[in-house]
Amino acid sequence: AMEDVSAKFVSQKISRTRWRPLPPAALQPPDLFATGSWDNEDNRISIWSVGDLGNTGLNGEYHGEPHLLCDIQHNGDVMDMQFLDQERIVVASSTGTVTIFRHHQNNQTLSADHRWAKAHYHVDQDTSCGGAACTGVVCNNPEIVTVGEDGRINLFRADQKDAVRTIDNADSSTLHAVTFLRTTEILTVNSIGQLKIWDLRQQRNEPSQIFSLAGDRVPLHCVDRHPNQQHIVATGGQDGMLSIWDIRQGTMPVSLLNAHEAEMWEVHFHPSDPDHLFTCSEDGSLWHWDTSANVSEKPSFLHQGGRSTAYLSHSTMNQSVVSAWLSNDPTKDRMEITNLIPNQTLSVNSLDVLGPCLVYGTDAEAIYVNRQLFA
Amino acid sequence: TDTVPPQVVPGADPSARQLCFAWGPAEVLVCETLFSRAGRSRSPCPSRSPCPSLFWGEGRAGAAARALTGSVAGTGDGAPSSSRVFVVRRDQDIYIHTLRKLFNESHGIFMGLQRSEEELAGKSRKAQLVQVSKNYRSVIRACMEDMHQAAVSTRDPALQGQYSTQVSILSAMELIWNLCEILFVEAATAGPLLLRLLDWVRLHVCDVDSMVREVLSSESPSKHKLFWNVVDVFVLQGRMDEARHLLSKEASANPASMNMYKILDDLMKKMPVPSLGNIQTLTELELKWQHWHEECQRYLQDGTFASNPHMESICKILLGDEDAILEKKELMTTWYHFLVTRLLYSHPTVKPMELRFYAQSSMDLFLGGESSPEPLDMILMAAFEFEMHQVIKECSIVLSHWWFVAHLTDLLDHCKLLQSHNLYFGSNMREFLLLEYASGLFSHHSLWQLGVDYFDHCPEYGRVYLELHIERIPLSTEQKALKVLRICEQRQMHEQVRSICKIMAMKALRNNRLGSALSWSIRAKDAAFATLISDRFLKDYCEKGCFSDLDLIDNLGPSMLLSDRLTFLGKYREFHRLYGEKRFAEAARLLLTLMTAHIAPCSFWMTLLTDALPLLEQKEVIFSAEQTYELMRCLEDLTAGNPDKQKFQDDDVETTKVEMLRLALARNLARVIVKEGTVEGS
Repeated sequence: AMEDVSAKFVSQKISRTRWRPLPPAALQPPDLFATGSWDNEDNRISIWSVGDLGNTGLNGEYHGEPHLLCDIQHNGDVMDMQFLDQERIVVASSTGTVTIFRHHQNNQTLSADHRWAKAHYHVDQDTSCGGAACTGVVCNNPEIVTVGEDGRINLFRADQKDAVRTIDNADSSTLHAVTFLRTTEILTVNSIGQLKIWDLRQQRNEPSQIFSLAGDRVPLHCVDRHPNQQHIVATGGQDGMLSIWDIRQGTMPVSLLNAHEAEMWEVHFHPSDPDHLFTCSEDGSLWHWDTSANVSEKPSFLHQGGRSTAYLSHSTMNQSVVSAWLSNDPTKDRMEITNLIPNQTLSVNSLDVLGPCLVYGTDAEAIYVNRQLFA
Repeated sequence: TDTVPPQVVPGADPSARQLCFAWGPAEVLVCETLFSRAGRSRSPCPSRSPCPSLFWGEGRAGAAARALTGSVAGTGDGAPSSSRVFVVRRDQDIYIHTLRKLFNESHGIFMGLQRSEEELAGKSRKAQLVQVSKNYRSVIRACMEDMHQAAVSTRDPALQGQYSTQVSILSAMELIWNLCEILFVEAATAGPLLLRLLDWVRLHVCDVDSMVREVLSSESPSKHKLFWNVVDVFVLQGRMDEARHLLSKEASANPASMNMYKILDDLMKKMPVPSLGNIQTLTELELKWQHWHEECQRYLQDGTFASNPHMESICKILLGDEDAILEKKELMTTWYHFLVTRLLYSHPTVKPMELRFYAQSSMDLFLGGESSPEPLDMILMAAFEFEMHQVIKECSIVLSHWWFVAHLTDLLDHCKLLQSHNLYFGSNMREFLLLEYASGLFSHHSLWQLGVDYFDHCPEYGRVYLELHIERIPLSTEQKALKVLRICEQRQMHEQVRSICKIMAMKALRNNRLGSALSWSIRAKDAAFATLISDRFLKDYCEKGCFSDLDLIDNLGPSMLLSDRLTFLGKYREFHRLYGEKRFAEAARLLLTLMTAHIAPCSFWMTLLTDALPLLEQKEVIFSAEQTYELMRCLEDLTAGNPDKQKFQDDDVETTKVEMLRLALARNLARVIVKEGTVEGS
């Protein structure tokens, strides 16, 4: 419900929002998140606490909205951001630099821990100019993989000064996003509609597999992998389309789902409840895709008015797997889609989901926290 | 409002020429005009001198000059005919930091208003518009809160002063907006009008709030030295229940004068007030009022309150005695409070159109010739006079950015109050102000995205403005370029789409990113550029003997058809793939088609023919007789038809190549004749 959403105008355009990961076996919902800004003269990384909804704090002040804990200046637009662990955040910059920031929780400050200057670059790494935007970063502590406009893939280790591995000219077009498929394999998406798998154990500087959209090679902007069924991958494209891929077979997506009216900037499976998927877009909308009604064993959520049930036809149906996302049974082929932001006009650049909580940030310089996603 | 000495922009000479301004949220452009000081009548501020002076503390150019990192842009050679432009920029980041919230949050309200249903009839439409107005005001108030918090939490006294000034500017904005909401948007009628004005005064006259708090929180309020002041404040603001509550405390402490208190309490309780529910007619109210008024008069004349000057003065106030009310000048602090108090106790059923007379006389009485009215007073006066355009004009002159006038004017326009007013240059006032505001947003490093939606809602010139501004957005990353591109594509701005893609393609090309360059030109459907890039690929191939960016070329798909050269590139690469897969017959057919169908550029034929060599040398015969003849014709066309014969004569390598080809073709022909003869014969 919308009334559970708290908003804050922050006077900077938000390019990324990320929940701080929870310690193992934690029971409480996440309480801290990080944001990065873009297109400011002075861009910042900020750490926020969500505050207590409807409660008053110890000092008696009202904590309904996110509350800034600390921030630090960041050189260039924040293009992507990922927590490495509870304290460290890896940030990709439009200058091509990749930085690890450390959040000191004892005195609420941020500091730069390590910096790989111009990890992405055009032509020559040593010249004063020529940095190429680093567009994506993914972490699997201590490993960090980055991709960029230079079509380069870097593999770093948090504890090593130099890159462990660099694949120059890995892609002739811009790499827009990266995620881990398995511990040694990564997935990348690029600006000519391709999804590629790279095996980092192999010394060959070529992808082990290339998947591609048919027809117009619409650029892909984001990618996420199903947390439990690793062969299921979701990508979002420039035309706002959501594609679901089964990387065990075929070279084309299993389904193409009409979604947003403009670029889909992020797609995320819910990490612990992957029947739910979230996407956000340049068109100012944020969609919640719910396939839980598909699985008969699970109790379905009660849906109130305002939610729409859509019946979607899949473009190709060659699956026999019992997964809501790959389902080919037309009678079960049912998905509930809810736009969580009606009437928004400016882009929703980023979202993150963890437990019952959703955080997202916009070009209208606001951050929003919803702490009862499934209420 | 505090007065700060006028400041001039360094280098500008306002004594010689009049200056004009254009300002965005963070900087002001000051420009010398052609008008000399003699043309005073054209000056927007004839009564003030010298022109770029400060109006409200931190207003406009003066403020900018004060906090200035002023720099002169453009050439100023000092020649009398040339005008100079000065860029004046504020230092205070925090100032704009808070205003950004105002701009962003109000953008959402503005968009909601543009979407709102005009069909809603009468009352519900009005309610909708009043709600929009209230939303705008709550954004201003939130901003004020923020600025106030900043003022409280800073330790730097200078900074604190600046914040406080900002708070008072925002507070004045909200005061004006609220009055406009009552008079124009809601258009309150006689009766409810007074109630609205009372709310307005209660909300905005806060100077006495701390005094009220102090007295109420003291142990025994009635013993407090400011006790009667607080009672007076309540009476002056028409807060009867609160006044009576306080008085009852005093009464219980003074049993002797209990009777007197009871009578006053009764008068205050019985005072007839207009109701919002419209249950009673105005005539009924006036009758009741007359009756009550006479009762008060009786008690005053028979000296009931003579023993207590405080109570006597309250009774006089109830009777609307101007002198008695004016005595409490300090408690009212402003003339418009005085006006509303006067109306409450003398003319509770005042009609909107009568306001102007009471407003003027209240201001004259209150100021008493001691001080002259300030800009804020003039704006409020114009509102009371229902001179909407005057309000907007004065606000435009006084406020340091266009936010206020642009949004207020738009709202009034939606109330259908401004339609008759067209400006001499074609567009109406609403559009003019929105254009100025949005242009200001575009001058800001980050706020340009907001400006787009405002231009969209300017039917006359919005499109042109957007086209001119959007081209000036620096495209620092592909991501940003994509966002700008999306704006242009949604509005079918083909020219701008092409130019953005071209810029990005050029950038990619300079960085040797042929793949990216190609995808940008495919997006713009820019055939010429796709050809240029294809040539680069082919040149690379000729030099290195292998293709770069295979992942791209192998996956061109339908975009291959964008340009002939691109088609050729894709097909030529396909030939290599077929050859690599040892599908020689298919490869040979494709190779020949590339030449005979004129897909390949002539300059590339030699390369293609050379590529045919290994096919001609295969053990198995691949080219048929007919195909071999065609190859031969291609070769002869190339060597004979080419006017630039020197190329072949001067170059031994080329000559050898041609000779080798002729030989290979002849041998192939011989083999194929034998083979075909055999096949046919058998």
